[in-house]
Amino acid sequence: MAAVSERETTVWQGKVQSRALVAGEGPPLVFFHGAMGLTWDPFLDALAESFTVYAPEHPGTTPGQPDAIKPIDNLWDLVLSYYEVFDELGLESPAVVGHSFGGMVAAEVAATNPSRVSRLALIDPVGLWRDDAPVKNWMATSPDRLGPLLFADPTGPAAQMMATPPPDPETGIQMALRTTWSLACTGKFVWPIPDKGLKKRLHRITAPTLILWGEQDGLIPPVYASEFENAITDARVELIAGAGHLPQMEQFEQTANAVRGFLSG
Amino acid sequence: MKISMFHLMPHRELPDDFEERYHSVWVDPPFHELATPERVGDYYNWTLDELMHAADLGFDGICVNEHHQNAYGFMPGPNVMGGALARATRGQDVALVQMGATLPTTNPPIRIAEEYAMLDCISGGRLVAGMPLGTAMDANMGYGITPIEQRERYYEAHDLILKAWQSRKPFPYNGKYTQLPMVNLWPRPVQQPHPPVWVPGMGSLSTWEFAADQGHCYCFLSYFGHARGKAVMDSFWEFMDSKEKELNPYRAGFLQLVAVSETDAQAEKDYEKHIKYFFEKCLHIAPEFTPPGHQDYRSLENNLRRMLSQQMSEQQRLSDWSFKDYVDNQYVISGGPASVRDQLEELIKSLRVGNLMLLLQIGSMPHELAMKNIELMATEVIPHIRHHWTDEWENKWWPESLRGGRQMNAEAGVAAVAGGS
Repeated sequence: MAAVSERETTVWQGKVQSRALVAGEGPPLVFFHGAMGLTWDPFLDALAESFTVYAPEHPGTTPGQPDAIKPIDNLWDLVLSYYEVFDELGLESPAVVGHSFGGMVAAEVAATNPSRVSRLALIDPVGLWRDDAPVKNWMATSPDRLGPLLFADPTGPAAQMMATPPPDPETGIQMALRTTWSLACTGKFVWPIPDKGLKKRLHRITAPTLILWGEQDGLIPPVYASEFENAITDARVELIAGAGHLPQMEQFEQTANAVRGFLSG
Repeated sequence: MKISMFHLMPHRELPDDFEERYHSVWVDPPFHELATPERVGDYYNWTLDELMHAADLGFDGICVNEHHQNAYGFMPGPNVMGGALARATRGQDVALVQMGATLPTTNPPIRIAEEYAMLDCISGGRLVAGMPLGTAMDANMGYGITPIEQRERYYEAHDLILKAWQSRKPFPYNGKYTQLPMVNLWPRPVQQPHPPVWVPGMGSLSTWEFAADQGHCYCFLSYFGHARGKAVMDSFWEFMDSKEKELNPYRAGFLQLVAVSETDAQAEKDYEKHIKYFFEKCLHIAPEFTPPGHQDYRSLENNLRRMLSQQMSEQQRLSDWSFKDYVDNQYVISGGPASVRDQLEELIKSLRVGNLMLLLQIGSMPHELAMKNIELMATEVIPHIRHHWTDEWENKWWPESLRGGRQMNAEAGVAAVAGGS
């Protein structure tokens, strides 16, 4: 496992303090995490073999900084604050990878100021809406119903890992608190329908874009992959077999190879 | 004491296996499988009749509230009910306790300032202005309010309403959630500077702080009775003391389920199935309909700890409870008049509350039985308990013209009994 260091960032007139996890060597890569919070996992380890990975935490999701969400009123604030995070980390135009909610953030950052993103990889991103294939409301779905939506194999090792509570109750409380508050903070930008106009902005993206989608994603059906592909100028889709909404967990090697191959190309 | 009747306006005829067949009583129960508009019309009219019966018999106040998309209690527009009641109680010295219109879900919030002012005008200054935050099921699921913004919206709406009532001149309002070029409220409330404000809550510190700072009455709305409410109310009074607030019992309100009959044995016979219906069906709420962010960070942490400790200690299943369990655990005060009097006295003293809201139509309780419960309460119980606190304290959170107190109207009771039989 790569040696992961922490970088504090302070942006938005000094009002928003967050943390970025940093590891690896090579050209810079920013990873935006999903709604449940940032976990440094084997997928990020694999990316760190070829890149210097910067994984910033969304405002409010950094432990000890629950109020950092307050000064960020809306999606516009969030996107602009991320350019300030890029500046603090010394990143001019990194490759950007985003998963789920983080995929929407990555696409917004790439669409608002296309010069700040060199290449873009979106993994099962939210941000679009089709009435004939509604995105499931992950903030209002019970854990037992959420499992089958997230995983191609709800009994497989990835699902088991997520469903197993830690043996120590205090660790369990801290994990539940962190996950729930991450959902609360990220929910500020998507509730109640995760369509905040990205469809009107995707055409602005100039970065070559890879769209990865778990073939059995029950949360955001793969029909959305072609929606993204059609709207972004230079984009292609790769479906990941045997994966649901979290291909980087369920099929981590294939997903990591696809992302690395694309970003290095 | 000020004693009011509270009504939720529940569905009274859910199927026996409702909680097994349906996912939740709130948010997603299918209307057309479970109800008809015609029958619902009966429920609304019974509700109004029951509240009017309480008003006629001499209760101090009548309470309605706001909830959406459910069979638990579905008055989406509490001021629609309040309007009917304001008119029907014209000339009576009964308060209209609107508990109330939900601030974060009413846009723009001056709608509440206007409607409450209308009710205060129609009733001649008999309004108590309840200002609820709203449940997650109502505000987040039903009305799409972003969970993490709900409380902030509430505070802003509260400030706007209070300012709209009191400002002598038109003003522009530049809020985060509401921007209005010129606020100039028509009508204005009869009560000056504004009607008394009651803030319902479930025991969170931030709500106490708000009620204390604003000088509002805090109402603890719990369905789990005064034995469990005691710890919360003790902390509430400690908190008020630490803020150097006068420990006036009228600063607090409490909701209690009460079912009174001729004798203890008759109470069990009359009310057991309706009490079980309330706890098993009306409170069958899917937990995921309280999405992340509805609770602020500190409340969330406290609740996660509490959930863990409860799982370890009791993990009780209410579905196994009988009438006796509900009464012994004091979730419900029920029995003959003497038992109910004793328990209410104990509640009043131990919680130090001056404003009592009694839920007297419980779950499936049919209209006739609800009328009997109201009647026995008015004739056999309230006259014995309403003297509490009146000599020592003034109820500054009650319409000024009604602070003197009411007499129970025995004649109305007798007439209603004669008419009903």
